[in-house]
Amino acid sequence: MSVNANVEAARATGASEFWAGARACVPVLVAVLPFGLLFGALAVDNGFTVAEAVLMSATVYGGASQMVGIELFGQKIAPWLIVVSIFAVNFRHVLYSAAFGRRIGHWSGLQQALGFFLLSDPQFAETERKAEDGRRLSFAWYIGFGAPVWLAWVVETAIGGYFGGLISDPHAIGLDFLLPIYFLGLVMGFRKRPFWLPVVLASAVASMLAYKFVGSPWHVSIGAVAGILLAAVAAPVDGEKRKA
Amino acid sequence: MSTTVWIVLAGAVVTYLTRVGGHLVLSRFERIHPRVEAGLNAVPAAVLTTLVAPAVLSAGPSELIALAVAGIVALRGGMMSMFLSGAAVLIALRYFIG
Repeated sequence: MSVNANVEAARATGASEFWAGARACVPVLVAVLPFGLLFGALAVDNGFTVAEAVLMSATVYGGASQMVGIELFGQKIAPWLIVVSIFAVNFRHVLYSAAFGRRIGHWSGLQQALGFFLLSDPQFAETERKAEDGRRLSFAWYIGFGAPVWLAWVVETAIGGYFGGLISDPHAIGLDFLLPIYFLGLVMGFRKRPFWLPVVLASAVASMLAYKFVGSPWHVSIGAVAGILLAAVAAPVDGEKRKA
Repeated sequence: MSTTVWIVLAGAVVTYLTRVGGHLVLSRFERIHPRVEAGLNAVPAAVLTTLVAPAVLSAGPSELIALAVAGIVALRGGMMSMFLSGAAVLIALRYFIG
């Protein structure tokens, strides 16, 4: 095979990987749609301009933290405290980052920098699932998945900001509870992993206790640490399984 | 620039730090201990659980039934069917029982 043919083949693989990623992100696009619109509407309602809401979606790109941010902004909380709260809600990404970083050693520095920027909840969950089949994670697939989600999030924020007043009864269409249902789906997607049920139970109990006694948003970090520590201490690892 | 823009940009910077930070810290270690590996494998389920569980505390019957139905559908179907069935059950129950 000539060098040219190799380049051609690589390009074709890249394109098909990109489109495979784009197909995989469709459920996420649908699931995220109401939240993008909702964020835009709530942001304007809390005193953001549409442009500021769009800037936040484009640069922070983390739904839950953006919701917390505009909520506190509406309550006239000190700016540094709002930033700290955004950091606290997003702190879980440290854990995604550590797990995801192992998979992209073969990417260029710029690709890695962009990859980390797009590392949202669904992006991480789908990437882990994709990597589970043992093949190398391609940058083309990752961007095919992440770019449409990012673009949709930004555009929905703008639309929600302009037309937010039109949703007369968000409760009736279940807007406030779609996010937990969506996250439950992601949790269920990992049920084949070893030690899944103990981790989920530990994190569930710890996060509920923290929610009651420490308060939001710390329940996320505390609950996550409980499940992860349990797995680190008690999950069977390969070496021990062979001995048993 | 307005205070709002500064808040947004500072929020963006700290968010990026969380997304790149875990890797930068971890990549300093040459070999990953199997116990650390076991912990990392638990990360997605552990974190995502904390985004669901507290919502259960404040949920009424409509929300709980919708979550249960979505969870059962997830055992068989894909992400989309579980999400749509959960949302449909939620909207229907809220319409009938509030």
